[in-house]
Amino acid sequence: MSDATGSEGAAPDPARRRWMGVLARASAAEIAERLAALPPPPPHRRLRAPETGLVMARGRQGGDGAPFNLGEMTVTRCSVALPDGRIGHAYVAGRDRRQAELAALLDALLQDADRRPALLAAVIEPLAAAQAARAAQQAARAAATRVQFFTMATMR
Amino acid sequence: MMPAMRATLAAGFAEPVLDAQACFRAALEAMARPGRVQRVAAPPEAPPPLGGAAAALLLTLADADTPVWLDAGPEAEAWARFHAGCPIAAAPGEAAFLLAAGPMPPLASLAAGSEEEPHRSATLILQVAALAEGEGWRLSGPGIEREHRLRVEGLPPGFAADWAANQARFPQGVDLFLCAGDRLAALPRTTHLAAG
Amino acid sequence: MAYVAVKGGERAIEAAHAWLARERRGDPGLPALTVGQIEQQLGLAVDRVMAEGACHDRGLAALAIKQARGDLIEAAFLLRAYRTTLPRFAASLPLDTGAMRIRRRISATYKDLPGGQVLGPTFDYTHRLLDFALAAEDEAPPPPPEASAEAERMPRVTGILAQEGLMQGEVAGEAEPPDLTREPLAFPAERPLRLQSLARGDEGFLLALGYSTQRGYGNAHPFVGEIRMGEVTVEIVPPELGFAIEIGEITVTECQMVNQFAGSKTEPPQFTRGYGLTFGHAERKAMAMALVDRALRARELGEEATAPAESEEFVLYHCDNVEATGFVEHLKLPHYVDFQSELEKIRQLRATALREAAE
Repeated sequence: MSDATGSEGAAPDPARRRWMGVLARASAAEIAERLAALPPPPPHRRLRAPETGLVMARGRQGGDGAPFNLGEMTVTRCSVALPDGRIGHAYVAGRDRRQAELAALLDALLQDADRRPALLAAVIEPLAAAQAARAAQQAARAAATRVQFFTMATMR
Repeated sequence: MMPAMRATLAAGFAEPVLDAQACFRAALEAMARPGRVQRVAAPPEAPPPLGGAAAALLLTLADADTPVWLDAGPEAEAWARFHAGCPIAAAPGEAAFLLAAGPMPPLASLAAGSEEEPHRSATLILQVAALAEGEGWRLSGPGIEREHRLRVEGLPPGFAADWAANQARFPQGVDLFLCAGDRLAALPRTTHLAAG
Repeated sequence: MAYVAVKGGERAIEAAHAWLARERRGDPGLPALTVGQIEQQLGLAVDRVMAEGACHDRGLAALAIKQARGDLIEAAFLLRAYRTTLPRFAASLPLDTGAMRIRRRISATYKDLPGGQVLGPTFDYTHRLLDFALAAEDEAPPPPPEASAEAERMPRVTGILAQEGLMQGEVAGEAEPPDLTREPLAFPAERPLRLQSLARGDEGFLLALGYSTQRGYGNAHPFVGEIRMGEVTVEIVPPELGFAIEIGEITVTECQMVNQFAGSKTEPPQFTRGYGLTFGHAERKAMAMALVDRALRARELGEEATAPAESEEFVLYHCDNVEATGFVEHLKLPHYVDFQSELEKIRQLRATALREAAE
C-alpha cells in the first residue's frame, strides 16, 4: 500500500531521485515527444496546479564553509494524483508549467512497478542519454582548451 | 499517520495564482470596509472542518515565511503545509496567521507586534456560525463612514470585552477575519464595536 | 502647487511612453530583436542582469534587457520587481562548486595543478581588435575542437593549500544564513550577509573597489588561486518528499582569491581567502567580489581597517545599484514645494546679509 501512495517522507529512493533529476533537465517538448510513443496515460487530477515561484540558491563561503544566500531562481512545481491514488511531484527550474505537469505525471506513473520498465526505457533513459551526450560534448570542448605546457628545459 | 494523510491529500486552488489574487482582493476589501461581507471562491476540496472562506484565506495569506497555527486537525494541517508551504507554529503566540475552527484562542495571547513594528502581529481567521449585515453590532472607525451593522453568530461570550482590550492596544493588536461558509468579513484592530 | 503640475503631466507621460516604445523598437525596417536572440547572443549581459537582479532566469533577464533598451541596471531593476510577485518555495542545498561540470578553470598560483588549466570560452588572449567580419551577415562559426576528456578530478586550489596547513580553513556549520530579501541590512554584518550583498552588488562599483585594494587602499596581495566556471546542480528538499531532489542546473562563476595574512595573536601566518560567486559567466564580477570580500574580512582577521573597501557600511550600503539608482534618480522627481522653501530661505539670508553689509 505504501508503494501505491508514493514514498513521501521515506528514505531517498535513488531511482526516483534520478528520474526526477532527468525530468527537471528536460524540456516539455522532449518529454512529450517520448511520452507520445507510449499508450496514453490514465487521466490525472491536479493536486497542486502548476505554479511558478522561487528557490533561494545558496553557496558556501570560501566554497566549502558556512552557507550564504547567493540569489533566487525561478522554479515551477506541480503535483498530480492518478486514479489509483499514486501521487507525483515535480519541482523544475524555470517557468515551464507544462514541463512541471508532465514531470509530475511521470513521477506518479513511474512509481507503479508495472509501468516503470516501459517508461524508463521509452522516456527516462533516452532523455538521460541526450543529457549525458550534451555534457560530454561540453567536457570535450573544455578538454580541447586545456593548456599543454611544454618544459623549456628540453629546448636547451 | 503519514500514509493516511497522503492517501487523502486534497487539491488546493484550481488556479493557484488567479484564485489567490481574487481572494486577496476580497480580503483587502473586507479589511478596508470593516464588517462588510465579501464572498470568495472556495478551494473545492478543503478538508473539513475548514470552511470555504477560511480555507481560501489560509491559502492566500500563508506562505513559507509565515508560521501558521490551526486547530482543525492533522489533515487540515497537512493540506495547509502542502499547498501554502507554511510552517506549523507550536503555540498560538508564535503564529503569523491562525485559523480557529473550534474555541477562539484568547486575543491577548497572540502576537501583537511592537510599537516600532506593529505590522508584525497575528491575523486570526475565525470560523463562526453566521454573518448578517444590517443588524447586530454597531461598527465604527476607519473605513466606516458613520456606522455599519454586523451580526455574528457563534462567538464566545467574552468576545466584546476581548475585542475592546485588543482595540485599546493600538497601534499594536490583532486583526480578525470572521468566516462563515464562503463568506467573510473583517475586523481590523481599529474597529470599534458597540452592542446593537 | 506641486500637485497641479503633476496632474497636468498625465498626457505628457502617455506620449513619452509611446515615444519610448517606438524608440525601443528602433527602425521598423530592421527585424525586431527576439528574446531568444538576446538570451543566446548577448549571454553575458543576461548573466550580469541575473546576478544584479539576484534572480536566475535567462528568459526573464533577456526580456528585461529588451524592455530596458539594453540599460542593464534598469533591466536588473525590472527583474527585482518581478521576483517580488513570486512566492518562495524553498532554499536550495548549498551548491557544490567542487562538483562543477567545468567549462573553464584556471589558476595563477599553480601551473601544473591536478585537472590542469582549462581556458574555456574566454576573451583572454584575444587581441581586442574589432572584428568587422561580425558586422557582416555572419554565418554560425564551425563547432569548436573537441578532445578526449578524462574524468580527472579538479580539486580546489584552496584545498591543496589547506592540506599543507597553509590556508585558513573556512568556518563550517550549517547555520541558517541571514537573508537580505527578508531582513534589512544591519551592522555589523557577518560574512554570509556580506557575500549575499556582494553577489547582487553592482559590478562596476565592486570592480573599482577591488581595484582600489590593489592600488594601496587596503593591504591586499592577492593571487587568483582559482577561477572556475561551469554548471552546478541545484537541489532542494521538498517537505512533501523529505529527501533531496535535483531541480536543474545553473551556470556559476567562482573565484578564490588567495591573500597573504601576517598572522595574529591567535593564528600563525598563513593564506586567507577572498571569495566570489556569481550567477552565469561573470569572471570580472567574481574576481572583484573576491577582492572586496577579503578586504571586508579585515576586522575579523584583526587587521587595521582604514581603506574604503574595508568599511562594511560604506561598501554594503552603496553596492546595490537598484537602491543607488532609486536614490540618485529620485532627485529628478518634483521637489517643487521643497525647493520653494529653500528659495525663500536663501532670499531671506541674502536680504539679511545685504542689509548687514549696508549698515
